[in-house]
Amino acid sequence: MLAASAAPRIDPKKRAVLDHRKQQFAKAQWVEQDYKHRMNFYTVPPTGDVTLEQFEEWGIARLKVLAELEACQFRNKSPAETEEYMRPVMEKHLRLSSNRSRSSELAMERKKDHYSHWTLRLAFSGTADLRQRFARLETQLFKLRMQQDDGVEKKAFIDSLPMSWETVGDEEKSRWLDELKAATSVSKTDEESWFKVDWEKVPELVERRQVLMKRGTAYVHVREQVNMVVSEFSRTLESGLELAARFLPRMDEDNRLSPILHHLSQSFVAPDAGYSEASSISDMASINAGSIDALSENFPLCMRNLHRELRKNSHLKHFGRLQYTLFLKGIGLSLQECIVFWRKSFKLIADGNKLWDLCFTIHALTLCTDKFKSEYLYNIRHSYGDVGGDANRRGKGYTPYSCQKLLTEALPSSGQNHGCPYRTYTPDNLSTLLQSVGVSDQKLLREVRDDVGKQRYHIACNKVFESAHKPELKKVQDQKLWPASELDTILHPNTYFKRSFLLKNLGKVQSGDIGVDGPTQQSTE
Amino acid sequence: MPHAVSPSSEGGSSSVREDETMSDAPAQEADVQNNAQPDAQDDAGSQGPGALPTTTNATSTRLEDMFDGDDDDTDEFSSSAQSKPQDSSQPAPRAAPKAQYSEPDTLRQFYQRLFPFRPLFQWLNHSPTPQPDFQNREFAFVLPNDAYIRYQSFATADLFRKQCLQMTPTRFEIGPQYSVNPRDRKTIRKASSFRPVMKELVFDIDMTDYDPIRTCCSKAAICHKCWQFIVMAIKVMDAALREDFGFQHILWVYSGRRGAHAWISDKRAREMDDAKRRAVANYLELLRGGDHGKKGLNLRRPLHPHIDRSLKLLNPYFQKEVLADQDPWESLQQAEKLLTLLPDKSLTAALQKKWDSTPTRTSNQRWADIDSVAEAGNLSTLDAKKLVEVKQDIRLEYTYPRLDAEVSKKLNHLLKSPFVVHPGTGRVCVPIDVRRLEEFDPFKVPTVTELLREIDEWDAKNRGLGERERAKVEDWQKTGLKPGYVAGLLKEEGRGKRERHEEAGAESMEF
Ligand SMILES: [Zn+2]
Repeated sequence: MLAASAAPRIDPKKRAVLDHRKQQFAKAQWVEQDYKHRMNFYTVPPTGDVTLEQFEEWGIARLKVLAELEACQFRNKSPAETEEYMRPVMEKHLRLSSNRSRSSELAMERKKDHYSHWTLRLAFSGTADLRQRFARLETQLFKLRMQQDDGVEKKAFIDSLPMSWETVGDEEKSRWLDELKAATSVSKTDEESWFKVDWEKVPELVERRQVLMKRGTAYVHVREQVNMVVSEFSRTLESGLELAARFLPRMDEDNRLSPILHHLSQSFVAPDAGYSEASSISDMASINAGSIDALSENFPLCMRNLHRELRKNSHLKHFGRLQYTLFLKGIGLSLQECIVFWRKSFKLIADGNKLWDLCFTIHALTLCTDKFKSEYLYNIRHSYGDVGGDANRRGKGYTPYSCQKLLTEALPSSGQNHGCPYRTYTPDNLSTLLQSVGVSDQKLLREVRDDVGKQRYHIACNKVFESAHKPELKKVQDQKLWPASELDTILHPNTYFKRSFLLKNLGKVQSGDIGVDGPTQQSTE
Repeated sequence: MPHAVSPSSEGGSSSVREDETMSDAPAQEADVQNNAQPDAQDDAGSQGPGALPTTTNATSTRLEDMFDGDDDDTDEFSSSAQSKPQDSSQPAPRAAPKAQYSEPDTLRQFYQRLFPFRPLFQWLNHSPTPQPDFQNREFAFVLPNDAYIRYQSFATADLFRKQCLQMTPTRFEIGPQYSVNPRDRKTIRKASSFRPVMKELVFDIDMTDYDPIRTCCSKAAICHKCWQFIVMAIKVMDAALREDFGFQHILWVYSGRRGAHAWISDKRAREMDDAKRRAVANYLELLRGGDHGKKGLNLRRPLHPHIDRSLKLLNPYFQKEVLADQDPWESLQQAEKLLTLLPDKSLTAALQKKWDSTPTRTSNQRWADIDSVAEAGNLSTLDAKKLVEVKQDIRLEYTYPRLDAEVSKKLNHLLKSPFVVHPGTGRVCVPIDVRRLEEFDPFKVPTVTELLREIDEWDAKNRGLGERERAKVEDWQKTGLKPGYVAGLLKEEGRGKRERHEEAGAESMEF
């Protein structure tokens, strides 16, 4: 183990080579790229090897950043707010250090940035909708990074770009000075420096009459340079995506990549978050069957709804039961306590006719003397990984469902209550449901209605969360109690619960009565 | 132009004209004949109930509008991407007086004897031999029964002419060149591969947009006084398109009743995508929406050089054509509008007082009153410099071109062809020579019936000439069209030809 080689040997079978000769993308440059600049136009596809794991992990990390960026937009955050919100998210998932930092990770960071961009480019080139969304978010990310870039390094990067602009010389400048100033709204303190391009390169500026026009040439003020680079980036990316779309069918040949790409593009529909053991609170509070009623105050709507239905009818259908059991497992309810919980929940009607009905919904043909034991118990234990099931999963059992899972599975039929209510309920019924769990803010209800109308279910849910925890969130932010990355968009019901629980018990957490650090929402890792 | 934004202004029934914006779904069901010799009647009659028809029957109201000339406020028969709502369940149009110029027979003679198919072909084709520029170009026909058929295309000018003779469209429109022949669009496997690739940049100026500021006429009516607004608009637009954007091949065309169209066929203009078209349109557009004046123009100072140049061009027109001829603030009631444009309470109060005591004043006098009253110390919030700016804004509001900018923003938008007959007036949509813009008189533009009569008269008068001699004279040369009739088009076409040669040269250099 002496070898400190940065590039571990890669099992040839696990190689995920982005073979662009096959894809006929840009001209191949069969050299390991050296990344002179922090910023990248991504015009050249990756040429080095990566493992399948890196291929997927890097893609997921980038996806997380893009999803958070989109969430900022959905929530109408200002550019400054977005910048502040995104800084820790980018730092955590897709850090890009400046040359000046002399970080030893520099090359690796840039490689990850470069490769993950291309991974997602392939994953999202499939449909026009995905392409457009990806290009928009990548452009925003590019712009955000550009703004954070060091001045000298930014200039070096811009100078390295093959942009067709020409500086306006002194003679021409003095000839048109008044017009130049009037056209580009240059104030006394502004730099008197312009460059020329074909006006087609800056349609946005022409549209707003922010350039001087002379026979098809636009005279642009230097301050617009960053925006121009950004629009050029956007244009280049859009045409690159079109190109990728045309060659995408060939990607299917590589059957190791396509499931990953498919999963990534699915995740873009509803950002995915894996369940992590850390969303359990069993280490800070004892959870038993009797505490679920109280804890349900901290549940997200999908689970709270199931709990209410269970209490109301002493009955939950199979998929609801599965969803709820996995969730309870996730918050830290032990297998034994879970069995007690269900036994008690059903005991209320243990002798009623509904039990028969319940029984048939699971395994219709099973005749059972002790229905609970033979059926429910099996299901619960199955969920916990105690018996049966997929051999690969045994030991850990099924993992609690993420929002993505809930948002992409088949819609429940009548009488079933599983899934995400933001998606499965009609807007009117959703409003009623929200009001019944104490959401009374009319403005919020309108926003929720608007969001679900646009299929932004997880955004609606996050808004409800923020509203329900407003004072606590403010305190956490003002006093910087948690790292900002722990306040990212919630994408998992168990994250919702844990964050809610911690926020509502802030005093106890601080005094050391419960818990240690903040909640953790892991992206699928 | 109102119809651009409110396609449901009439009738209220659902639109049956398909694909207003075709870029998204160009290959929708649109049953246009694919045979080279289509039969208009069959096509119009073939739509089953419930099917999405391409061809439509107009309601009776619309036919009346055509001839009434007074109540038609939405239709200049110019561009069709704004569809007219039509109710196909309506009974056949009531018998409306049919002017001779829209009789199929008149139209057939017009297409046979007068319509300049060859120059039009060359203008659109940019070459003497048929290119995709022409062959994959969409034409849309409006038939005498008001059926509207889209996605017509023609291999040659002659086939185009033949179909016009056969179908006798009351007018036709020109759309973009597509990536494949529009007639084959249904045979393409991927709908997205049928897309518009090129079209002239077009502008539409329509007098109805001037109704808030003209006093002489309204709606479809025009007179020599208000035609001056079109003259001003052409001057400002032409200057900007040439000086700012460097376009050279600009064809201005009389729209047949109360406006003008511009067709810019520079290669650079033809290749623009929607974002660039929108950029040009918004660069040129100053007065947006119907509600000008209330919020002010909000122009930043110093004025952008384009606005500044336009203002200099327009100042003389403001004095004569607006203040003197239109006299827009003559009555006290009209003068109130001027007061609302002056954001200074002391100034407006003083003016109001002055005008109440001397109620009969011309607009010229009232305009001068602003300065004299202001100089007498009646300014509270405005200073002298700001007042100058406010007055600049007002001049612009009363003179600056009012564009129907939507027409310009889409590559796939269709616009009425030059040289067709306007169905409402019978006038031929002739080019306007911008160098002699002042001489252009819309009331002297010949109607189709006049032209055909002139030909007949010439033939009768020159019966003495031999067969050979007579054949030397083209039909159009026998009419009042002689001076500069197709000159505009031919001139543009000639340039186009050179341009193509240059392009070919450039391309060959690349290899
Ligand atoms: Zn008039």
